[in-house]
Amino acid sequence: MRKILEKLESLDRRIIFIFIGLSIAIPLLFPVYTDFSVTAPVEGFYDAIEELSPGSKVLVSCDYDPGSMPELFPMNVAVFHHLFSRGHKIIVMQLWATGTLLAERAMNEVLQEFPDKRYGEDYVNLGFKEGREVVMVSMGTSIPKTFPTDAQGTKLEEIPLMQGVTNFDDITILMNISGGLPGTKEWVLQVQSRYGVKLGSGCTAVSAPEFYPYVQSGQLVGLLGGMKGAAEYEKLVQRPGTAQRGMDAQSVSHIVVFLFILIGNIAYFSVKGKKKRLKVSR
Amino acid sequence: MRREIPIAICFLVGISFILEYFIPHEDVLSIFETIRQWAIIVIAFAYVLGIANLVRINSHVIQRKGRDWPYKIILVVSLFFMITVGIIFDIFGIRLGGIGEGTIFGWVYFHAQYPLQATMFSLLAFFIASAAFRAFRIRTFQASLLAVTAILVMIGRVPVGESLWADFPDFIEWIMNVPQLAGKRAIMIGAALGAISTALKVLTGLERTYLGGE
Repeated sequence: MRKILEKLESLDRRIIFIFIGLSIAIPLLFPVYTDFSVTAPVEGFYDAIEELSPGSKVLVSCDYDPGSMPELFPMNVAVFHHLFSRGHKIIVMQLWATGTLLAERAMNEVLQEFPDKRYGEDYVNLGFKEGREVVMVSMGTSIPKTFPTDAQGTKLEEIPLMQGVTNFDDITILMNISGGLPGTKEWVLQVQSRYGVKLGSGCTAVSAPEFYPYVQSGQLVGLLGGMKGAAEYEKLVQRPGTAQRGMDAQSVSHIVVFLFILIGNIAYFSVKGKKKRLKVSR
Repeated sequence: MRREIPIAICFLVGISFILEYFIPHEDVLSIFETIRQWAIIVIAFAYVLGIANLVRINSHVIQRKGRDWPYKIILVVSLFFMITVGIIFDIFGIRLGGIGEGTIFGWVYFHAQYPLQATMFSLLAFFIASAAFRAFRIRTFQASLLAVTAILVMIGRVPVGESLWADFPDFIEWIMNVPQLAGKRAIMIGAALGAISTALKVLTGLERTYLGGE
């Protein structure tokens, strides 16, 4: 038994990799769809959209890349779906170059469910603009000056949806899907605190703890944290997607990591105890 | 004067933008809005500088047949290929040009960059599990606190945690909203005070490392 514990203490990491791989792959291929409840930050995000009057103009900033896509793409799709289902208008933009095609794909996926939505009247894509916080602050003064044209090169004054949209005062709420920098923190620091615009955030699970103070202070109306947050939001908008499908994989893999931590500690204390006994006997 | 002029410019522009925050007059805002548009243009030109630098550095390695030189060729060729199909094809109205879905650029993005970048990020899951196995050893009281909290949050944040105990999610939300939030807020305030201090040092010329050459 002791020899087994000693071997476990210095377990080859490839064995850990195999277990992690299987714990993610098998539930993804054969999901069970374990039920779960919705947490308060996600409810806040959902309620913020529910409280909007129909036809509200919502700015959605899709600032993420393929690396964070499993967590953020389902949120992006669910946000577009929720906004269209309530009759709101969507203004899409990106501060990450890698977010342009992902935002376009998310929109195309949702448009299949809403074939009556028209570009320029119900939604518009302003495209990507480099400049990070400079772009954010610049939009506070003038959105048409910051984005003279949309992603397709059409002047903003020729787009019906953008008529009367000068700055953040003409936007009802801003939703940010954030994979890092620039992202939610910069939107809070540069835009929410300065211009007072309502702001909701969807972010990676690793970033979510950093934004809880903003939720508590009211600077964020709600927060979708990671794939779990996306799954909860999919549940609320009644549009099951890849986030809900990934929950079983996340559950099993977390259990596996917990078991490895437990085994590691049991082996560590066992080996430590043996070393102590050897030392005493000498 | 080589150092004094940049420091003076930094001071004047920095102080102006700080004052702009507190002067919401339309005429003042329009001046700074113009300066911000200049900044966006300069930042965009930084891409040109970045591309030139990348080509220069990798060309030297390719010429000398330095380390990994075949990969440098692939890098430079890929760069110009994407610029060609994304920008030049679009300018000349060539079919499948541009950067949207359905274009060559979009096809390469979704069939090359997307799977490669997602795979690189996915590797983290394996390394985190391995690191957790080795790092979460309960050697001290603080280490045990960290390990126990991490395990509780890991299990409580997934549906299986709620299956084990119906109030697990609420307990985890309490951890996130009370002890975690308190610690995080303290760190954020400390970091913000440090950032203000550093910014003031840069603006007043006490911190000159950004000038280089020392």
